[in-house]
Amino acid sequence: MANNVSHTTEYRTLGKVLLFLMFCTFLTITVTGIHLGPLSVTVALIIACAKAYTVMTYFMHLKYESLLLKLLVGFVFVLFVLIILITFIDYAFR
Amino acid sequence: MSEKHNHVEEHRDDEASKLGMWLFIFTELLLFGGLFIVYSIFRHEYYQAFRESSLELSVTIGAINTIALLFSSMTVAMALTAMQKNDKKTALIMISITLLMALVFLVNKYFEWGHKIEHGLYPGSALMPLLDRGHLLYFSLYFFMTGLHAFHIIVGMVLLFVCLFKVKNGSIHKEKYALLENGALYWHLVDLIWIFLFPLMYLIS
Repeated sequence: MANNVSHTTEYRTLGKVLLFLMFCTFLTITVTGIHLGPLSVTVALIIACAKAYTVMTYFMHLKYESLLLKLLVGFVFVLFVLIILITFIDYAFR
Repeated sequence: MSEKHNHVEEHRDDEASKLGMWLFIFTELLLFGGLFIVYSIFRHEYYQAFRESSLELSVTIGAINTIALLFSSMTVAMALTAMQKNDKKTALIMISITLLMALVFLVNKYFEWGHKIEHGLYPGSALMPLLDRGHLLYFSLYFFMTGLHAFHIIVGMVLLFVCLFKVKNGSIHKEKYALLENGALYWHLVDLIWIFLFPLMYLIS
């Protein structure tokens, strides 16, 4: 039965990904510790996005998934950005 | 009829069940996404109060929990790798470590919340309505968002316990590991949400 088509990620790759994520966490704490004012939120969110992207790509195997699934994830991301934009536009011009 | 045609094909579609899991994950992302939007708007409106309130949280506890979740995310991914390699023993160890890390997270959360509750700071307490609006909103959102996240941790633990049991009795094996794969996906989702919760709640002072 050729039912399993999932990609196998090697232990070593997973370990490297963890190291990268730990480094990002350390970076977030350090960067938000020094006072950058409003910039610190932006930096924290950019690092968080990088971490989320890494988790989805490697831990959740998205890199090796079908085009359909990748497109679906992209679609949800665009949908969320649109919701944020519409909410903020509504809020700003109220 | 020959022997070969006698056996019944098991009816299952791992690819579709994975797609189903992802669709569920999308609804979860939008659920928390909505809460993040609420948080951003109130933070914008009550900037000073949110800053002051976030100073009340311990960055150390938050950081330990972040590390515990990231580590557990790796071990559950390793459990899947082990299962694909037909290494049952490693898979069992990895799932157990994941569950242990989840427990570490919850114990930490217990002390963190316990500390707040000791000071009379919890939803519905006598102190909460006396706070000004900004502080009230911050702590309400803090308890609701981290509480909903902790609830997801508990659900994830139950799911991984089922996986642990099924790997042990052999109903999850090298040819059939969709449940473990989907359980792992759910666990990564829990990690994903925390990746945003941690900087927004603990670090933006």
